[in-house]
Amino acid sequence: MSWETVIGLEVHVQLATASKLFSGSSTAFGAEPNTQANIYDLALPGTLPVMNEEVLRMAVSFGLAVDAEIGKRSVFDRKNYFYPDLPKGYQISQLDHPTVGKGSLRIVMDDGSEKVIGITRAHIEEDAGKSLHEDFQGMSGIDLNRAGTPLLEIVSEPDLRNAKEAVAYLKKLHSIILYLGISDGNMSQGSMRCDANVSVRRKGETEFGTRTEIKNINSFRFVEKAINHEVQRQIDLIEDGGRVIQETRLYDSDRDETRSMRSKEVANDYRYFPEPDLLPVVIDDAYIDAVRATMPELPDARCSRFVKQYGLSEYDADVLTSSRAMADYFEQVAQLCGDAKLSANWVTVDLLGLLNKQDLEIQQSPVTPTQLGTLISRIKDNTISGKIAKTVFEALTEGESDVDQIIESRGLKQVTDTGAIEKLVDDVIAANPDQVAQYKGGKEAVFGYFVGQAMKISKGKANPAQLNELLRKKLSE
Amino acid sequence: MLSKTVAELSAALDRKDVSSVELTQAYLDRIEKLNPDLNAYITVCKEQALKQAAEADKQRAAGNGTPFTGIPIAHKDIFCTRDVLTTCGSRMLHNFVSPYDASVVERLQQAGAVTLGKTNMDEFAMGSSNETSYYGPVRNPWDSSRVPGGSSGGSAAAVAADMCAIATGTDTGGSIRQPASFCGITGLKPTYGRVSRFGMIAFASSLDQAGPLSKSAEDAALMMNAIAGLDSRDSTSLDHPAEDFTAHLQQSLKGLRIGLPRDHFTADLNPAVQTILQDAIKVLESLGASVTEVDLPHNHLSVPAYYVVAPAEASANLSRYDGVRFGHRAENPVNLEDLYKRSRSEGFGDEVKRRIMVGTYALSAGYYDAYYKKAQKIRRLIKQDFDEAFKSVDVILGPTSPHTAFKLGEKNADPVTMYLEDIYTIAVNLAGIPGMSLPAGMLQGLPIGMQLVGPAFSEARLLNVAHQFQLNTDWHQRRPEVK
Repeated sequence: MSWETVIGLEVHVQLATASKLFSGSSTAFGAEPNTQANIYDLALPGTLPVMNEEVLRMAVSFGLAVDAEIGKRSVFDRKNYFYPDLPKGYQISQLDHPTVGKGSLRIVMDDGSEKVIGITRAHIEEDAGKSLHEDFQGMSGIDLNRAGTPLLEIVSEPDLRNAKEAVAYLKKLHSIILYLGISDGNMSQGSMRCDANVSVRRKGETEFGTRTEIKNINSFRFVEKAINHEVQRQIDLIEDGGRVIQETRLYDSDRDETRSMRSKEVANDYRYFPEPDLLPVVIDDAYIDAVRATMPELPDARCSRFVKQYGLSEYDADVLTSSRAMADYFEQVAQLCGDAKLSANWVTVDLLGLLNKQDLEIQQSPVTPTQLGTLISRIKDNTISGKIAKTVFEALTEGESDVDQIIESRGLKQVTDTGAIEKLVDDVIAANPDQVAQYKGGKEAVFGYFVGQAMKISKGKANPAQLNELLRKKLSE
Repeated sequence: MLSKTVAELSAALDRKDVSSVELTQAYLDRIEKLNPDLNAYITVCKEQALKQAAEADKQRAAGNGTPFTGIPIAHKDIFCTRDVLTTCGSRMLHNFVSPYDASVVERLQQAGAVTLGKTNMDEFAMGSSNETSYYGPVRNPWDSSRVPGGSSGGSAAAVAADMCAIATGTDTGGSIRQPASFCGITGLKPTYGRVSRFGMIAFASSLDQAGPLSKSAEDAALMMNAIAGLDSRDSTSLDHPAEDFTAHLQQSLKGLRIGLPRDHFTADLNPAVQTILQDAIKVLESLGASVTEVDLPHNHLSVPAYYVVAPAEASANLSRYDGVRFGHRAENPVNLEDLYKRSRSEGFGDEVKRRIMVGTYALSAGYYDAYYKKAQKIRRLIKQDFDEAFKSVDVILGPTSPHTAFKLGEKNADPVTMYLEDIYTIAVNLAGIPGMSLPAGMLQGLPIGMQLVGPAFSEARLLNVAHQFQLNTDWHQRRPEVK
């Protein structure tokens, strides 16, 4: 029996404003509990919300980035429920008239295939505070520093068909948000949080299966693991004759499993109604155009430009523009050395390989764009060979900082003196008469052996082009 | 001296006939004497008031006075006052001391007013008789067996009994106008958004509006000058050009077009009240006004629509009272649910609980369209009725209340009977337009008010009509004999 998975993601993004959505309190992370909560955040009687306009600008810029309809008249609503970290007893959100309407996002998979994922909507809402259950001897502590921090909740259509697509979608979203600078996107600190709606159905069926919602997924890796685990759980359940019940499940990354949260017989009734303390937010085309004018070049546009301007492959361009920081890094390197294709190779292969191995972000790269640019320049001007360059690169990763000094002090300079190379070639030919005979007898493959021997003797420093040319010449004499 | 208007007291202070300290002390003495019986005040700020009075005397002497400098006033206990208890008439807030001042409080303080104290009110402004207060009912100064009206009953009684010069109130469905009518004073509910709601404890956010309870229309205009205007801390506050509400008081009423709502003057209205209103209309006609009938075809739907919208908003507004951060907290809760349940059960009175339940029900899945949405539609129709009527008339005149003040306990048995008290006032809140009540006559020793309603931002016109009426009648000068 073959199964199809249907996934929709709800992503909460904390917007990087200096102050909260409806109050002047700071949004900085990590302050002493309740030091960033004013009379409004505490929901003292008589306090009223006043909208932070920066939030609107950020939401609209996101909407434009995903080609969404922008709500010219967005309305805030109250979502009512009781919880100690929700001081007013309701969360101000947007129900029927969100600021961002239908849009879409293009994702590229590892095999180069592309897919467009629908975005249902993105609405502005307040974050809740935090409940702290330790250190209070059977009681709970409440920290309201986070209460009222602006969130953009981005809801996708159920267009994702497997965990890898979900990760690609999430990464693309992450990238756009960082390009726009509207959030730090830090998943481990909760600046970007993901809930996944997952269901399975037999291939060919048109109706969706019953879905579960997985909460508390706080890294890209866990998104994939949590979804895969849940998909398998649902398939096993159905194949064993059971049925999936609609519920909220919590992902436990320690045990790599999802488990049912306190299941409720009836769905929560949030009793939404329009927030009477706030007027509808009305914007016009001039406002939207003004926001558009301040937006940076976005990943898709940058990707096409890289293909056109630098002659890169679609795949390389896509990898390089997957984050603003990486694209910036690449362009700095390319500008410095003047060879975009070579720069693209070094960044996507050597640098990314290194970063992946050390689990680092590009911002934390031990090799700076200037260093890499200089290194490539030395290949271009024949100071070193590409192969030797790898040695220099390694030295850079180990903390040495000056490319030219590394080349100098280790004697890595390429041998380009024709006389020296000719001597090298003569030596190799003289030392390997058997192989010379084989080569002359028509066994072309032996040629590589000569190159290898020559490189070995020169410790890799012989200029490969010159070496090749001279070898061929001498062997055919 | 204590029965004088703000305008008169201000002149007396200027002439140094009396100092603010003397005046304040005199009011404090009267409060001390009368409050045990009338229960108009929940909190009296004796020391603070005398300190403010001394400062005000200095300001006036230095020539820095406003009409309010040194005038002893009272605030309804719904306005947050820094360092002074703010209870909203509820056990829930019996221990709540606000760390900040409401916009209305701040503005009157800046104008130099002296705060005598905080007045009693129906719990969370939910009531029409001031009987739902946790601090006990207020008694009507005209007859202590009767109610003063509500919810601003304490403010109305305090003004009528000369326990302050003027007081603030709030009006969500008639809570300034009906007690003004019952106590024989003047009360104005401004256009929604004209006075900031910042620091005013919310009952129904889209209807609540602060305004004055005063001894004359002129005083109401003076207070409006102090409290009205845009406030960036209230997003629903309106950016309307500042105006001097006293500027048009002297304007002639020649050409004034008065509309009488057909459905207000029916057999349902007490005939004696009708006669009183007819007499008042004659006075206005003698001043040059003309009278026609107008239709408000959806007015009869205002009470049911109101009792969906207001409780719905209240059910959410009152969710913050959960015993977690401030206010009443149940002792030794065994868990979170117990903390919520007992804190709220103990902290709220019956009427508040009733409205929270009604509001919660009206917003519930499956009922939202039938109740909340429909009520909002009715609200639009009611507003359209007024818009239509104001095409042919300048003000609408009618009764404020169907009758004079009723006896304590008389209407407690059936909530709906109590809700119908506001039959003439509620539509004004739903439409967001200004309305005022001013004394128009006496019936069996009890005052009767008439209501004037105008289009949005017509406060100055309403005050003009009321002032001209008061120049030609003395109903507003009648004072109860309080023992």
